[in-house]
Amino acid sequence: MTAKKDYDDIPGTYVFDADMSRKGYHLNMFCTSLRQATGREAFKADESGYLDKYPMSAAQKRAVQDRDWNEMLRLGGNIYYTSKLAACDGINFQQLAAMMTGSTQEDYRDMMLKGGRPIEGNRYKSEWEGE
Amino acid sequence: MARITAGVGVSHVPAIGVAMDTGLTDEPYWQPVFAGFEKSRAWIRENKPDVVFLVYNDHCTAFSAAMIPTFALGCAAEFKPADEGWGPRPVPVVKGHQKLASHIAQSVILDEFDLTIMNEMEVDHGLTVPLSIMFGQPKAWPCLVIPLCVNVVQYPAPTGNRCYNLGKAVRRAVDSYEEDLNVVIFGTGGMSHQLQYKRAGLINPEWDKRFLDLLTEDPVKGSQIPHVEYMREAGSEGIEMVMWHVMRGALDADVTEVHRHYHVPASNTAVGHIILENKGNGAKV
Repeated sequence: MTAKKDYDDIPGTYVFDADMSRKGYHLNMFCTSLRQATGREAFKADESGYLDKYPMSAAQKRAVQDRDWNEMLRLGGNIYYTSKLAACDGINFQQLAAMMTGSTQEDYRDMMLKGGRPIEGNRYKSEWEGE
Repeated sequence: MARITAGVGVSHVPAIGVAMDTGLTDEPYWQPVFAGFEKSRAWIRENKPDVVFLVYNDHCTAFSAAMIPTFALGCAAEFKPADEGWGPRPVPVVKGHQKLASHIAQSVILDEFDLTIMNEMEVDHGLTVPLSIMFGQPKAWPCLVIPLCVNVVQYPAPTGNRCYNLGKAVRRAVDSYEEDLNVVIFGTGGMSHQLQYKRAGLINPEWDKRFLDLLTEDPVKGSQIPHVEYMREAGSEGIEMVMWHVMRGALDADVTEVHRHYHVPASNTAVGHIILENKGNGAKV
């Protein structure tokens, strides 16, 4: 049974609720381990060996190795955790946001300088249909 | 007696800290952001707090997915700036006011707010960026700090109403503390922003402005905004703004808005900032 959630119709958004948290637990705990320099060094030295220490699904491990940021979110990752992996790669929040939206760095920065993504047309999934 | 004299609402965008730490504040991108903080720094020099009660959220730093307290109060003697993945920020260690913190913990718990007590905790940009914004780059922070962490990472965050009422309980706690202290309360985070997935970069200045107006003029109405409205209108990470209601709840019903600053963008985020003074200068309510 899946209860309807009042935030399900927000487009382009994963709400990190308990369902997502359960799904992404080990992925997020792996990301947390990169907060410390020792974790970052060990991961960089042997990515797949390091990932094997965490009981993640094969799809989650693949998403990490492919740096498929949106797939990590779909599989229960939360942005504050996945940003630790990004930091390990030297990627900041704005660069990460550009990648997740499928934009170039330049276009994304430009959009933000012009006031950001407008709310008009971005409130409901129905407004994104046909894209 | 201790008294809460004013409240400060301010974004805690990590890139603001990076800009200060790496000397970029005069760059054209950052200049308008920092210009709006000049008055704030002059104000806080004039109204120097003995203690800042700082409401913020931890970004998976002190807390991992393994443990997610809804409200956690820092009662330690000091709080070290954490390595969040890029190395720790080069800012001073934050010193706590242990006696006042444990007094507040005891008072609000007996007031039925069941806080988690933190006797050891590292602090991340959520706490250190607001201090940098208000105090610049001193060798040591000019006041003691009591951190209150609020979970806004895993849905649901506490409601705006709960946060507002916790602010009232914090006010009662401070009012009943005997030492003569000037306490300023900070609510941090926001404004509109979304950091994740395809809607990242969302900014809603009209909504943000209404939020700031309500904060000053009709805080009870502001505290009733439902979570789905924050997430839809102000972005998934805009939910951080519930923390501003703790600050507002600790102030008088009537306040004087002495400063407001709003700028887009800082990284992915709309920067918002407000300073509210108690008209009665924090006399017991």
